[in-house]
Amino acid sequence: MHRKFSEFLIEGCIRLSGVLCIGFVVLIFLFLLKDALSLFGVYSPAKFLFGTQWLPVSKPAQFGIIPLVVGSLYVTVGAILICVPIGVGAAMFIGEVAPQSLKNILKSLVEILAAIPSVVLGFIGIVWLGPFLKTTFHLGTGMCGLTGSLLLAFMALPTIISISEDALAGVPRAYREAAFGLGATRWQTLWRILLPAASSGIIAGVMLGIGRVIGETMVVMMVTGNAPVIPSSILEPLRTLTATVASEMGEAVSGSEHYFALFAVGLILFIITFIINLIADMSLRKARK
Amino acid sequence: MRSVQRQQKIAFTILGLMTLLFVVVPILLTVLYIIVNGGKAVTWEFLTQQPRNGMKEGGILPAIVGTIILITGTMLFALPLGILSAVYLVEYAKDNFFTRLIKLSVVNLSGIPSIIYGLFGLTLFVGFCHFGCSILSGTLTLAIMSLPVVITATKEALESVPQAFREVSFSLGSTRWQTVRYCVLPYAIPGILTGTVLSLSRAAGETAPILFTVAAFYLPRLPRSVYDQVMALPYHLYVISTQVPNMPLKLSFATGFVLIAIVFLMNLTSVFLRIHYRKKKTW
Repeated sequence: MHRKFSEFLIEGCIRLSGVLCIGFVVLIFLFLLKDALSLFGVYSPAKFLFGTQWLPVSKPAQFGIIPLVVGSLYVTVGAILICVPIGVGAAMFIGEVAPQSLKNILKSLVEILAAIPSVVLGFIGIVWLGPFLKTTFHLGTGMCGLTGSLLLAFMALPTIISISEDALAGVPRAYREAAFGLGATRWQTLWRILLPAASSGIIAGVMLGIGRVIGETMVVMMVTGNAPVIPSSILEPLRTLTATVASEMGEAVSGSEHYFALFAVGLILFIITFIINLIADMSLRKARK
Repeated sequence: MRSVQRQQKIAFTILGLMTLLFVVVPILLTVLYIIVNGGKAVTWEFLTQQPRNGMKEGGILPAIVGTIILITGTMLFALPLGILSAVYLVEYAKDNFFTRLIKLSVVNLSGIPSIIYGLFGLTLFVGFCHFGCSILSGTLTLAIMSLPVVITATKEALESVPQAFREVSFSLGSTRWQTVRYCVLPYAIPGILTGTVLSLSRAAGETAPILFTVAAFYLPRLPRSVYDQVMALPYHLYVISTQVPNMPLKLSFATGFVLIAIVFLMNLTSVFLRIHYRKKKTW
């Protein structure tokens, strides 16, 4: 009887933990929504979504997120343009070309990169990459969108490389054997057979990489110049959605309009990453079939 | 035929060069840059003393202690919850809509930006639960953020235990819990540990979730209770490299070095655990 009771208890805990995972996602969403809605009670959602000025401390305060969205967009697109070709190429090399010993070394190196805390990369951006770009390209300032894009591309590499490599390795053996049997070289097989066959997995990797880039906070806060204005090019200082929340929450008075506006920005971020993750999950599932 | 061979050679060389130039070299440079510049600046005093003179002198002891406390606290909350959830998903859950919902939640938790966890911790733990800006709020926030990684690692570890173990156990009349407790979990522990240490190392380097939940700008003493704030290495590095004017660069490098050393040490532990247990594996 005693054993039955303790077993009942522990199985209860196990089930509860499973449910808690859903609970957390729902809770996060609800808490963001609650505070975001408090803003929309006093500030029109249309002005928030389509306003072109983010002036939280002026009177009257302006909470238009277009400058922040454009900032995020610039940095993200820049990072993706840089890291997708490099990441997929490196995955092809590590997975299909490199001999086993080299492959192990390269994989550990990529793991090392994944382990470096983002704040350390941000620091390197401040002391080395920013000044380097400034002098090389004669920019007005090194703290701009491009510096952020480069560092974010670097940070997204491990995600893209490891998932793309898994996708390539997951292509059925028969595909390779058939290609080799028809006289194709290893390159032809890789380029024309494996890459298309692994495309859903690779897309999933790219989507997860994008998710990481959009959500990254510290690097962009440290190196992109923190200017909440619509940038005319990626070579100018800008500010992303994430950096706005991180840098302004400290000074926003709890319960003020500004405080709620930052939660509304958080809600937008949550929705964007939710959609990206959903797409990534769907392509991963497609890849497994 | 020869042109096809040459084409392959060119393509593979380009791929190799690209990997070398844009992946290998930058990673090595980054790590060496911090190790060389930081290694010079780290002294025994730096590791064991309180910061002085607005952090421009002295050491970073409170930040090191703070980070270790945060790692421990995160483990305390994330480990039991994560392992139990994974056990539910692998051993108990049936393949139905509800289970798919849980799996989707785990995927989504892992994709939520860390700053959102910071906001969530701020409203739920700091505000709603009245824990204030404290170790308790910070570790709970980091724990929820680490949860998906712990769950995924535990799930993989559980799934790699052969199905036959469970079948034998059931056939001897054990209940589901007995099977899990005596025939599955013991063999999955190495995998669970490996994944957990890795997730904790990530939590150790995170800044955004602790910004508003625990991190102290400048607090040159050790914490007294779980309701106290602490300094933490990643936040400290952020502060001294952006918020303090005329900061000696030497100290920033040294802080970065200590942070990277802690994270790498945890990663190495995880690698050794993996190698050690793989040797002992007998099935």
